[in-house]
Amino acid sequence: MKLSHAEIQAAARADAFALPIEQIDPATADYFENDTVGHYFERLRRDDPVHHAHSPLFGPYWSVTRFQDIMQVDTNHGIFSSDWTQGGIAISEPPPGEAPLQMFIAMDPPRHDVQRKAVQPIVAPGNLANMQTLIRERTCKVLDGLPRGESFNWVQHVSIELTTLMLATLFDFPLEDRHLLTQWSDVATANKDVDPKAPTREERMAELHKMAAYFTRLWNERVNASPGSDLISMMAHNPETRNMTPQEFMGNLVLLIVGGNDTTRNSMTGGLLALHHNPAEWDKLRQDPSLIDNMVSEIIRWQTPLAHMRRTALQDTELGGKHIKKGDKVVMWYLSGNRDEEAIPHASQFIIDRPRARQHLSFGFGIHRCVGNRLAEMQLRILWEEIHKRFPVIEVVSDPVRVRSSFVRGFTELMVRIPA
Amino acid sequence: MSQVHFISFDGVRRSIETRIGENLMRAATDNAVPGIDGDCGGQCACATCHVFVSAPWAERLPVMQTKEHEILDFTNERRKTSRLACQIIMTPELEGIEVHMPEGQH
Repeated sequence: MKLSHAEIQAAARADAFALPIEQIDPATADYFENDTVGHYFERLRRDDPVHHAHSPLFGPYWSVTRFQDIMQVDTNHGIFSSDWTQGGIAISEPPPGEAPLQMFIAMDPPRHDVQRKAVQPIVAPGNLANMQTLIRERTCKVLDGLPRGESFNWVQHVSIELTTLMLATLFDFPLEDRHLLTQWSDVATANKDVDPKAPTREERMAELHKMAAYFTRLWNERVNASPGSDLISMMAHNPETRNMTPQEFMGNLVLLIVGGNDTTRNSMTGGLLALHHNPAEWDKLRQDPSLIDNMVSEIIRWQTPLAHMRRTALQDTELGGKHIKKGDKVVMWYLSGNRDEEAIPHASQFIIDRPRARQHLSFGFGIHRCVGNRLAEMQLRILWEEIHKRFPVIEVVSDPVRVRSSFVRGFTELMVRIPA
Repeated sequence: MSQVHFISFDGVRRSIETRIGENLMRAATDNAVPGIDGDCGGQCACATCHVFVSAPWAERLPVMQTKEHEILDFTNERRKTSRLACQIIMTPELEGIEVHMPEGQH
């Protein structure tokens, strides 16, 4: 018999507070698929905020669960490395025999700095202002085309459609092929060890090579053309990225595709779900749409679309009273820090007019802070402004289907119905 | 109390009172000065309180620490007078300090 949502949560809570502390492994995929990981994080924040565990999939690792400790790790890149040569930025190791992706988020300075700066201008304030009209037009078109009076998957029809259109624009990628971007984004973060439904390693590599081939063609067209304002042109014309190795090219593509796609997509879905679960907050929004700006930050905190980032200690150090050894894997659970009552009052509640809503961990802090944060906020703001104008009610008609991953915190399905 | 003047990207001047010892990011956010976000809460961990400090106050500021330098390096329009407002602590020497804001915080 299938357990109800409430029964699953109650059982998980009992388990989280009964387990011997040393047996708690928050990177357990079930916890994310069932959305029960919050109970385990609550226990760790209380009893063992910097916690050592041994994962059957990912080996030994530290979990950093409190806001301030996460901040300390995130802002000390000299001690806590992101570099792919050390293990990169996710809890999972590259599968044996597979070359690690060399993306700038998984590099330490100085290489990181020059590559990041090559693409950063795309989200400069002036450029964002230019994109605003296009984003609004597309958002209106997508919302106006939604079915009425029948249930449909919000993830597919809204979240994926809007974020993929945006991504295609950033790359100046042929719009008719944009579904490929979604496909590559999903494949890039898929992990067969975690999710049996994920593609095999061979399928995954084949897909990533198709991606590299497609983008190589675009690169070759643009490298000899006059500099355009898309991400490919920017990298092709910047002396620091013009001669990237194939691994760096592929790595940075994956980074920009996943960074610009999965994250905003899941916040678009997560926001709707959060409002559905908190009808009083939706009422506040209906009465005062000027709260949307603030609500967007709250949605991003609430969803935390990337549940963690990983670092590797470059030297012995101390964190929250624990001795971290050189070479140790250190996982900053942004999802947990974003629920830390010591840093965020009433952190377990979704409050759209929360004071200081911007002070969340979802974008990370320090030199690797999300480069597209303002664009993501703008996309979400416009989406909610246009939803507010059109749909007083969007009914969520079944429980969401969540991604089985301890990295991407997201959804594959949220069935909704807009009354006719 | 000391006076601080924030000048927005489009030229709007907002003058507020703050106390000695307060940082300029907090002074701005407590007074709802638009254009200063302070996402990290003043820990020198983001660059969402980036300002350009006018003369003569710019020279009166303490030398910046490595962290501030690194974070500012990722802003869109860093200048010689760029600082993070959260790292500017109000002192009597800074009375009347004037700071300009960039087009956007990142």
